[in-house]
Amino acid sequence: MSQQYQKYYVPAQSPWPIVGAIALFLIAVGAGTSVQQMSQEGGSGHWILLAGATLLIIMLIGWFGNVIHESMSGLYSEQMDRSFRQGMSWFIFSEVMFFAAFFGALFYARMIAVPWLGGAGNNEMTHAVLWPEFSAHWPLIKMPDGGETQAMGWSGLPLYNTIILLISSITLHVAHVSLEQGKRTALTAWLLITILLGVGFLFLQVEEYIHAYVEMGLTLDAGVYGNTFFLLTGFHGMHVTLGTIILIVLFGRVIKGHFSKDQQFAFMAGSWYWHFVDVVWLCLFVFVYVL
Amino acid sequence: MSSVTDQTLDHDSHDHHHAPKGLMRWLLTTNHKDIGTLYLIFAFTMFLVGGAMAMVIRAELFQPGLQLVEPNFFNQMTTVHGLIMVFGAVMPAFTGLANWMIPMMIGAPDMALPRMNNWSFWILPFAFAILLASLFMEGGGPAFGWTFYAPLSTTYSNDSTALFVFAVHIMGISSIMGAINVIVTIVNLRAPGMTWMKLPLFVWTWLITAFLLIAVMPVLAGVVTMVLTDKYFGTSFFDAAGGGDPVMFQHIFWFFGHPEVYIMILPSFGIVSAIIPAFARKPLFGYASMVYATASIAGLSFIVWAHHMFTTGMPLFGELFFMYCTMLIAVPTGVKVFNWVATMWRGAMTFEVPMLFALAFVILFTIGGFSGLMLAITPVDFQYHDTYFVVAHFHYVLVSGAIFSIYAAAYYWLPKWTGYMFDEFLAKAHFWCSLISVNILFFPMHFLGLAGMPRRIPDYALQFADVNQIVSIGGFAFGLSQLIFLAVIVKAARGGEKAEAKPWEGAEGLEWTVPSPAPYHTFETPPVIK
Repeated sequence: MSQQYQKYYVPAQSPWPIVGAIALFLIAVGAGTSVQQMSQEGGSGHWILLAGATLLIIMLIGWFGNVIHESMSGLYSEQMDRSFRQGMSWFIFSEVMFFAAFFGALFYARMIAVPWLGGAGNNEMTHAVLWPEFSAHWPLIKMPDGGETQAMGWSGLPLYNTIILLISSITLHVAHVSLEQGKRTALTAWLLITILLGVGFLFLQVEEYIHAYVEMGLTLDAGVYGNTFFLLTGFHGMHVTLGTIILIVLFGRVIKGHFSKDQQFAFMAGSWYWHFVDVVWLCLFVFVYVL
Repeated sequence: MSSVTDQTLDHDSHDHHHAPKGLMRWLLTTNHKDIGTLYLIFAFTMFLVGGAMAMVIRAELFQPGLQLVEPNFFNQMTTVHGLIMVFGAVMPAFTGLANWMIPMMIGAPDMALPRMNNWSFWILPFAFAILLASLFMEGGGPAFGWTFYAPLSTTYSNDSTALFVFAVHIMGISSIMGAINVIVTIVNLRAPGMTWMKLPLFVWTWLITAFLLIAVMPVLAGVVTMVLTDKYFGTSFFDAAGGGDPVMFQHIFWFFGHPEVYIMILPSFGIVSAIIPAFARKPLFGYASMVYATASIAGLSFIVWAHHMFTTGMPLFGELFFMYCTMLIAVPTGVKVFNWVATMWRGAMTFEVPMLFALAFVILFTIGGFSGLMLAITPVDFQYHDTYFVVAHFHYVLVSGAIFSIYAAAYYWLPKWTGYMFDEFLAKAHFWCSLISVNILFFPMHFLGLAGMPRRIPDYALQFADVNQIVSIGGFAFGLSQLIFLAVIVKAARGGEKAEAKPWEGAEGLEWTVPSPAPYHTFETPPVIK
């Protein structure tokens, strides 16, 4: 510990957290009522949801605006920077655990639930009594209740998407190295390429979903294979969307001349997030598509 | 790195050296003490609300037959009572204590991320507003038990489930942000010289608790999401017809749920490890072993979840694995109880109110631990599963465990918070009334369970009538006793005998080096710990 102590910046009162809490309240109420009103015409739920989302965006702009301002005016110490970094790491860890829940469901369904329905282990009576016609296979394209679907192959779009995301991680890393070396033009260029790759990924993902729904009959409610497929890739897609938005914000700040070798927490956090999303995709590609 | 000018900092800290006034102080605050106070007030309010629901349950069960409420409403009461006590009372109370005490214990100026701290708190009242409001909607609130097992929460639940799911989501966001704040504060904001093995145990236990929270709250978010999609979007995670399995719900839920149980007890261990040495006037026996025991309990908590599911027809290997792992937890827990007792051995003991609650904690928590061991034995659990024995077990660890420790903490640190000593007579009355009534309330439940009375049913067979009456009387007495605490708090907040900086002779720790009440900002420059 150095002798010279730099005061830890404790911000004064801020309106943004309470605005954020109200926003989350509206989002929760709006999402809940929207889901309840799905089967009926009209309904107010989605308006509440929209209001909440708008308020959340306003809050994020205001809050981050404050933080950026404080950071640019040099209020933050090295210790503060560590707090942010550690906070971001733990946030990413919580995201890992969120995905772990869905991967857990995938593994359980594939290795336990479906085989048991087919009579594996000591479950012969389960098989005989419930659905004697059912035979256990993965991907589950013929459900116990007779529903059918098709499995998504790994070649084609998913493979292209894997390559796109892997390259995007590399380009983002190159952008980061350029930032460290002070090469602003290279930084801008590589960051832009990463954003375009992210957008490209999302575009292909939408294509894949259309293909699955329209041509393959692979839908969200198509048995446990379709469930895990869409929830895993869907939540991943939402994270790529958020990651792309983060990168776009970072791009705007880079254009404005923000970030330097010593002051780059936001850039670092955004790139950590992007690499995390990339790793999740790799797991998805292996466990959802290939195996 | 000293380039930050002191001018800016001074200028900035000028306007909030003293607490701002009015409602806005509480809505906009970034101060860990204000936020801690908010958490504690919220937790106690929710404790009374959840307690009122318990009173409804006990009133209905006072006599056999359907007496006061409809079965569906009874189910809503058991469900929301559980949800409120877990997520609205015990967890926020611990977070409130963490907010108040951790920065003062480690010599930090505040929590690491003060604005996020405020956000974590203010989400909670909204989340519980949604949950409570759903009780008054058409069809009623959640009625599937706090564990919301599928298919009760999917096929057979009412329409408020969507609101329940999103309320749980935002509660989870609040917990995760709170936990991130705690970890970062402890890792990054310790004063110079506050090395890891000098940390007070309350800080250690909270560090590990926060890790558990970040690890498992997202899993809860995952499982409620699956409930939502199963109910409203046609997925079949928990429906065998589509290749899913209702038992899978229980696996995912308890993967969250078991660490969650330790989230609600580990901070208690920290509190008791602070209070017993203070009133036995001896340093804590086996400090290092306490740290390792806490970490072991947390580690083991991830591999014992299926002991809640022995009767679901798991393969024999699973039953044995989870039985042995569960029993293994008795070892580090035993280490802790041993250390507390050894701390008191030949100590110069006095029995002020915090110590009374801490002692009651040690004894009653141990009873709850023993009944837990009984439940861990797979073949025996087949008999106890879903009976009042389970209810007795977890109320011993949660009420006379977690909540008694929270009371111990409240009495221990109340002079530091308010600057006044509390009314000793009222506080002792609170303790003795609670101690006696909590045992009348929960001890006979063991016998009810062993005799086969199932939990979560508004009616019961005639032979259980006498014991249920005793239990209900204990319940009403316990409920009323908690109002004494309200009186103590209100009185202590208004005034009384001035408290010294260190009102307890044997107390140790940085929090006692600052005046009582603690100034609005403490340790703006970190103290040096030798």
